[in-house]
Amino acid sequence: MKHKGQNVYMVSGGVTKFSKATPEMDFRLRVKKAFDYAVNDIHLDLKDIDGSVASYFSDHFQRQLMSGIMVQDYLGLTPKPSKRIEGGGATGGLAFQTGYEEVASGRMDVCAVYGFETMSHVNTWKGNEFIALASDTNFDYPVGGFYTGYYAMMAVRHMHEFGTTVEQLAKVSIKNHGNAMHNPYAQSPMKLTVEDVRNSPMVSYPLTRLDVCTMSDGAAVAILASEDKAFELTDHPVLVKSIGTGTDTMRLSDRPFLKVPLLANEKESDYRNLKYPGVHSFRAGRTAAKEAYDAAGITDPLNEIDLVELHDAYTSSEVQTYEDLGLCRYGEGGSFVEEGKSALNGKVPVNPSGGLLASGHPVGATGIMQSVFMFWQLQHSIKKHFKDDTLQVKNAKRGLIHSHAGTGTYVTVSVMEAVR
Amino acid sequence: MTIDYDAKMPETQDGTEVYNVDPLIVKSHYEIDYIHSYAQDSEFFRALGKKKLMGSKCRKCGYTYATPRGHCMMCGSETDWYELPNEGRVHTYTTCYFGSEKFLPETPFNLIMVEFEGVDSLFMARLIGADQEDIKIGMKVRAKFRRNLQISPTDVYFVPAKE
Ligand SMILES: [Zn+2]
Repeated sequence: MKHKGQNVYMVSGGVTKFSKATPEMDFRLRVKKAFDYAVNDIHLDLKDIDGSVASYFSDHFQRQLMSGIMVQDYLGLTPKPSKRIEGGGATGGLAFQTGYEEVASGRMDVCAVYGFETMSHVNTWKGNEFIALASDTNFDYPVGGFYTGYYAMMAVRHMHEFGTTVEQLAKVSIKNHGNAMHNPYAQSPMKLTVEDVRNSPMVSYPLTRLDVCTMSDGAAVAILASEDKAFELTDHPVLVKSIGTGTDTMRLSDRPFLKVPLLANEKESDYRNLKYPGVHSFRAGRTAAKEAYDAAGITDPLNEIDLVELHDAYTSSEVQTYEDLGLCRYGEGGSFVEEGKSALNGKVPVNPSGGLLASGHPVGATGIMQSVFMFWQLQHSIKKHFKDDTLQVKNAKRGLIHSHAGTGTYVTVSVMEAVR
Repeated sequence: MTIDYDAKMPETQDGTEVYNVDPLIVKSHYEIDYIHSYAQDSEFFRALGKKKLMGSKCRKCGYTYATPRGHCMMCGSETDWYELPNEGRVHTYTTCYFGSEKFLPETPFNLIMVEFEGVDSLFMARLIGADQEDIKIGMKVRAKFRRNLQISPTDVYFVPAKE
């Protein structure tokens, strides 16, 4: 894989507060609010924007095709170029990377990436049905299509393979809901104990209500720019150092049992008896990380990455993702969280914003929200935007954002770096 | 000439259900029947009616799938249908206490991924005849078939099997 484009910077971002339902605003107005926040933060003029990328997952939630152009229209960006990107839960991450490509290719100097989802137009269980339509509708959906069920089966296998415990999974929930108490944009800040998590209603064994993210309405915007334009627009741009993307089979049942694709800091002898990915790991996540690390020259992720915002739709998927990203070896994800290594004051804070579990998961906005929170972290401007600097990671110089779809079918990893 | 200065739309009583007035929130109904083809996977569904579970085997590299798959993901070659064993083992499982709206009335239900001896990939199905605490990874399970077909992958399901 060759990465030869021009340097791409993020210059501004905006997020609406994610919430269960905001019927007083439609998706266009929600994006407009996030967009205006981003535009006003650097006094950007509409005419400086060369084009855009629209990010939203489901046409079912709104029963409106071409929602993307309705946003483009509302924002006053017509007749500039734009396209819609969709890839399940990773829609936001893919759209962010598409914006990166628009700038890296030299086509655009400034690209606005906007994401949104309006999930409150249907009830939670209908919403789950719509999401389950993102599993194979001939073979998986009719058997009992329910994403929490699929992730629960992966969690059970991870527990069997590596000895991961439900208490370790609960620690992810406690950490992320706890971090969110200092994030004014978060949907569900909560102070929790292991008992709270385990005693909340069982959704799919072993995942309880507090192991699973919620449905949300929300929008997020990232403004990307070329090097010359970035420094013209702001004194504090953040470099998007590299991107990586991976994929895997639509059906969980088709995942093979092969060898682990090794990162620079791993040896074949680390995984002598491990059949990979099976259903315990995300090969797409590993593939995305490997591409992004190679392009950024990262050989020791735990020591070379200062913080991570990753796709924790489930507590179990956060644990699985520590391993895919090489923050620890496969099998060590449970103890990684238990030992506090991913805590706000840990070795590498993971989801200091509260992640999807606590910030919310309005699908098309989620991956872009991660980029905005990471941008503010690397700008060291959390205090300005959150009116509270508790979540500001002190040494934040290099961050990783990770967006994830389906049962691990599309995964994106992007590395971002502070420049001064 | 048809100009009518008193033209009037007929009044109807098919009004809209209103949930709230500020903002105005209304009910919007949507329903559709698709003409859905199982296309190259049709044989899998027909075979379930003959109490047979069919997988796919690559003509070229010999990779075996416990699912229908016209072409091999390992080498791109065509596959042939072949009959899977009637018994397998639980590779992983869950019990769903909630679900998508369509399946809510069936909760709680068990989902399993079945591994078959000598087959390279898994098969997802329902398991009945066992509660959550009875299910173990490695447990032997047996395929059973509906007599009255639904023409759906749920025409096959699994039950616990004796060792
Ligand atoms: Zn083959």
